[in-house]
Amino acid sequence: MNKFTEDDLKKELETKEYEYGFYTDIEADKFPIGLNEDVVIAISRKKNEPEWMTEWRLEAFKVWKEMKEPEWANVRYEKPKFQEISYYSAPIQKPKLDSLDQVDPELLKTFEKLGISIDEQKRLSNVAVDIVIDSVSVATTFKKTLNEKGIIFCPISEAIQEHPELVRKHLGTIVPTTDNFYAALNSAVFSDGSFCYIPKGVTCPMELSTYFRINEGGTGQFERTLVIADEGSFVSYLEGCTAPARDENQLHAAVVELIALDNAEIKYSTVQNWFPGDKEGKGGVFNFVTKRGLCEKNAKISWTQVETGSAVTWKYPSCVLKGDNSVGEFYSIAVTNNFQQADTGTKMIHLGKNTKSTIISKGVSAGKSQNSYRGLVQIGPRAHNARNFSQCDSLLMGDQCGAHTFPYIEVKNKSAQIEHEATTSKIGEDQLFYCNQRGIDTEKAIALIVNGFSKEVLNKLPMEFAVEAQKLLEISLEGSVG
Amino acid sequence: MDLKEKLVSSFLAFENKGGIDLDSNTHSIRSKAIQNFEKDGFPTKKDEEWKYTSLKPLLKNDFSLFPETEKSIGFKNIEDYLINDIESYKLIFIDGVFSSFLSDTTHDECDVCVLSSALTRPKYKMVVDNYFNTIAKNNNSLSELNTAFAKEGAFVNIPKNTILAKPIQILNFSTGSEKEVMLQPRNLVVVGENSHVQIIERHQNLSKNTTLTNAVTEIFVHKRAIVDYYKIQNDTDDSSLIDSTFVSQKQQSVASVHTYSFGGKIIRNNLEFYHEGEHITSHLNGISILNDKQHVDNHTLVNHKFPNCESHELYKGIYADKSTGVFNGKVIVQQAAQKTNAFQQNNNILIDDGATINAKPQLEIFADDVKCSHGCTIGQLDESALFYMQSRGIPKKEAKALLLFAFGNDVVEKIKIPQLKSRITKLIAKNLGVELGFDL
Repeated sequence: MNKFTEDDLKKELETKEYEYGFYTDIEADKFPIGLNEDVVIAISRKKNEPEWMTEWRLEAFKVWKEMKEPEWANVRYEKPKFQEISYYSAPIQKPKLDSLDQVDPELLKTFEKLGISIDEQKRLSNVAVDIVIDSVSVATTFKKTLNEKGIIFCPISEAIQEHPELVRKHLGTIVPTTDNFYAALNSAVFSDGSFCYIPKGVTCPMELSTYFRINEGGTGQFERTLVIADEGSFVSYLEGCTAPARDENQLHAAVVELIALDNAEIKYSTVQNWFPGDKEGKGGVFNFVTKRGLCEKNAKISWTQVETGSAVTWKYPSCVLKGDNSVGEFYSIAVTNNFQQADTGTKMIHLGKNTKSTIISKGVSAGKSQNSYRGLVQIGPRAHNARNFSQCDSLLMGDQCGAHTFPYIEVKNKSAQIEHEATTSKIGEDQLFYCNQRGIDTEKAIALIVNGFSKEVLNKLPMEFAVEAQKLLEISLEGSVG
Repeated sequence: MDLKEKLVSSFLAFENKGGIDLDSNTHSIRSKAIQNFEKDGFPTKKDEEWKYTSLKPLLKNDFSLFPETEKSIGFKNIEDYLINDIESYKLIFIDGVFSSFLSDTTHDECDVCVLSSALTRPKYKMVVDNYFNTIAKNNNSLSELNTAFAKEGAFVNIPKNTILAKPIQILNFSTGSEKEVMLQPRNLVVVGENSHVQIIERHQNLSKNTTLTNAVTEIFVHKRAIVDYYKIQNDTDDSSLIDSTFVSQKQQSVASVHTYSFGGKIIRNNLEFYHEGEHITSHLNGISILNDKQHVDNHTLVNHKFPNCESHELYKGIYADKSTGVFNGKVIVQQAAQKTNAFQQNNNILIDDGATINAKPQLEIFADDVKCSHGCTIGQLDESALFYMQSRGIPKKEAKALLLFAFGNDVVEKIKIPQLKSRITKLIAKNLGVELGFDL
């Protein structure tokens, strides 16, 4: 009986089409394909950027040209052809918005399809939504409330215009342009993203949220996010993604930089559900993301991610624990199905004294997917009394998939305490039997077990997001999550 | 001339000198191996497998590849390094050359002799053709290098249904009658069905000269056979060792490899298990206690290909002064290997601030009905336990040593030869700088 249900489940998983695969019909302002210095300059001009920004992009482009695509990750894919991508697309109408009535109705429909009506969000959940459709922000809500507190939350292009001193000081300090292939590419061609600054001692009164979409067929998406939490401040930042179903592979190379100054705390949550390709492994988004945060004294950065989408994921949200007593956290659940491949994990770089980090990573692989955890815990010679706890658990569903762990642990200080633990298992027959015995049918039981398996991570998501995360898990493993 | 060129260019001379039949199978194996080595060269830190261990400081030495045979070594010189209180077969090599008068070989119930005779005598042609260089082949450039120069080493061939009453001791000494010596011993161990053998292996430098040993051991374990292989690595600070051990196991066999690393400049252990049947059990145990600037790198691989197998891995490390420990444990469970139980544990203690540990416990799993786990910890001694012992009148140094000893005891407990166990216990005590007044 058990076998029947698992097979049944597997079939259902395989045939499950991407529910959120739609395509918004908005006329887009698009650059010709290809990438060269002119394109980089043109992007910069288009954005009306100051001279230093253009220079910065060109510098990054120069570095990128010299770099090779990394190949060490445990993923196989046909490399994107960088000269066949259009590096900029923006909706042609860019309304200046004070209220939602002015938003293109097509866009509003898009959000309705996703089940995230802005009105509802605005009314019920107290979330400020900075909507990004194809790289350009078109609506920013709750700006006024934030303004009163002195919080800056706007598209990064706007921040470059209005707060150049802040952007110039911090942009590229955490993820330098030379960091890696995709970070360099992003630095050269990023079209937009979000910028957030929380002044000293301010606790951001609401969850800040951005929804990213990849919309225009054949466009690469290069988001750039910069979050600065000044001394003693707190912010919880949400990022959620769904993308329309497209046949050709789409490239996404985002960079996220977080800066937590003394005593500040940043909570950064991601739900990623880009098009994973169909059940034959055709299409799907390439998600090559560089995310990194810097903690000063007593600061804390917490990454939470729910990864259900993308054909190929290459993503390591990291924390540099520079200040004494700083804390880094990483909670992740990655679900792969069909031919999806995920190579994800974190880096915890302990530099200061009494720094602590926690890593909880849960991987669920089904179908023919490959799911890897790759993490680094590094304790520097001066990081006295550093503490790390890592746990990575994998759940395998079916015998065609794989789960891998590549943890690196490098310790140069004797007072460090490191624990690393990894397990791999399938859903236990005895667990199922126990549930059956209590009158819970097998399908529900699987749901229960998977739910329990990921609970540690799901619990870390802010309330407003937990519902959507649950929804996204359902799409990836329908029938198994109740 | 760098070492690589020197090695490649001396290959011809080596074959000529050895009087090797150019039509023989071994000649073609060697030629291929030297070609592969020439292509790949010595690994660098850019190789993922050598990320934490650099051979650079070793390669600048002007090694003598074919040292003069030293004849003045007698039993007195080597007595300390043998385990004398048990009866055993002994294979003793001085500077890579077999010393027949120090050794104790046999051809009675089984063959415990030297590889050179196995490679040349027609009697062993079958065995050599079937086994020699079959698992070490194309593995890495260093084992290729060893294959190219493979000439001497231990040859152990145990027929079916034989339980060897005496363990085998394999000792490789370097005397440094010449300045810097590079040795490349090659061992071949074939254990037949239902047979049982225990082997103790040691590399020892008798002088103060620099030695580099690049050893390769191939072990074949047939159905239901049991093999225990103990490696004692307690060499001088001038000696470096690259030790590659490949184990191929048939169904229901049990193979254990124990590695005790207490001394040496750079020690690199490549230990690989390949499963060729069901219901196999593999044990990998290791303990490293290092000080000064010693460097030990344990690289292990267990490749599960068949269902219902088990592997148990336990490595402990105690690192003092400026020593460095590396642990890279890889467990691969292939799709066919359902119902695999693979466990891996790595515990480390850093004693001093200059010490470093780099660990990478790695799991690659392609089968769903498996139980696999790995654990890795890095920590220090429990201050309160230390205080408790001191309050009971145990001096700090002894208290510390006792706690460290207890930490490593899990590994020591697995030794099945009592005399060896007490020897290892003493070595540990010596390394911790105390006299432990008890035998375990």
